[in-house]
Amino acid sequence: MRSCTSLAVLAGMLALLVPVVDIRAQDATEKELERYRQMLKDDPWSNPGLLDADRGEALWKEKRGPKAASLEACDLGKGAGKVEGAFAELPRHFGDADRVMDLEARLVWCMERLQGFDAKDILKRPYSKANQSGTELEALTTYVASKSRGLKFSPSLGHAKEKDMLALGETLFFRRQGPMDFSCSTCHADAGRRIRLQSLPFLGKPEEARQVIGEWPAYRVSQGTVMTMQHRIADCYWQMRLPLIDYGSDVTVALTMFLVNQAKGGEITAPTIKR
Amino acid sequence: MNRVAILAACVVVLALAAYPLVPRGQGATSVETAIKSSWASAAPEWQARLVQDETQKLCSQYRNAPPREIADAIVAREKATIQYPADGKLMGDWQKGERLAQSGYGGRFTDYPARAENGGNCYACHQMDGKELSFGTLGPSLREYGKIRKFAEAEVKLAYERIYNPQAAIPCGNMPRLGAAKFLTIEQIKDLVAFVMSPDSPVNK
Repeated sequence: MRSCTSLAVLAGMLALLVPVVDIRAQDATEKELERYRQMLKDDPWSNPGLLDADRGEALWKEKRGPKAASLEACDLGKGAGKVEGAFAELPRHFGDADRVMDLEARLVWCMERLQGFDAKDILKRPYSKANQSGTELEALTTYVASKSRGLKFSPSLGHAKEKDMLALGETLFFRRQGPMDFSCSTCHADAGRRIRLQSLPFLGKPEEARQVIGEWPAYRVSQGTVMTMQHRIADCYWQMRLPLIDYGSDVTVALTMFLVNQAKGGEITAPTIKR
Repeated sequence: MNRVAILAACVVVLALAAYPLVPRGQGATSVETAIKSSWASAAPEWQARLVQDETQKLCSQYRNAPPREIADAIVAREKATIQYPADGKLMGDWQKGERLAQSGYGGRFTDYPARAENGGNCYACHQMDGKELSFGTLGPSLREYGKIRKFAEAEVKLAYERIYNPQAAIPCGNMPRLGAAKFLTIEQIKDLVAFVMSPDSPVNK
């Protein structure tokens, strides 16, 4: 029932938004999106990202992989199988792996250990391309994140490795590199800036970080698919003319740690809908 | 005397609070370790892009606000990178420059093998031709750039240097060192100079 409504809205949105190619139309696009966001408030079940969350929930519970196990024994930090509220406290240090992990790195770890999948196979295609349905990882990520909707980010900093990860993330945010000398801060360390017509969030400022970080994973209308924070960060590095960053790597976890700490106290609204 | 001492102490305390003299964040070793492991799957020639040159290191360390001596050293080093056209002509074709200003192509791992020449992507950050409404605001507006500078000869040279290596003028500024990084050729930079400095260019209309 829910999925039917979502599909109908999705079809309508695609019909409306497919012609949006000209960058000059972005202002108009933004206005249309605002209309959709209002529609979503009126009918929260009409967000296509929720299709991914539904699929993720089914994948979480299904016995899969060489070990024919579900992910219900996966500990996301609040005990085996406890999904509610877990995303709000990630990234965190996991004793069994002795590593700080974000949600996505942790999912890969659980799929390997509990289900017997080979990480190499899972990571062959971690991100969906435009107009493909979300990958399994994207669906699972969207599901777990959606189970923290309405909660506020409260990342743990009790463990020394969590503090180290935060410091690393802050350093990386300002690290300039590559043929263009770019760092994250080139685009995200000032208020009200744009690339062409695209507004850039000022992630160095907690007030702005609190508004945007909780929006991910998000359903991107221009791509017709859901995008996670791992993908978001990989895309920024691509744009910075750097090589493809490894999924769930320390640099991505550290930057996520920095961002959720900037956004501490900000509400999780994922999955949201974006341009 | 006492008052002066207290005042001096206050100034020091305020300065320490406002400006971290010791750069915060993670030690260089663990950053390099994290970077190596996080791009382990990348090809070696791509991993090389993550290695910082001296200027990138210093700008990162001081978060783009280097102290005076370091800023001066950066300016001296970056000035030395600038190469000028053999024939001494610094202005090319403004129409070619306009196309380069529009193009954001080049340098991304999806841009290989190359399907076009690298672009300058100036509009990503700057306003230029008043008719182009899709411009970014990370850099200053360049509307009437040449006109404001009275199309002066000396300004043509400065514009060339600004595009070739902006850090020769603004140490740790945000703009890429397009010439020094060999992202654009001398010929392309001449065309961009013409786009901002030529009286015929729409930038100056």
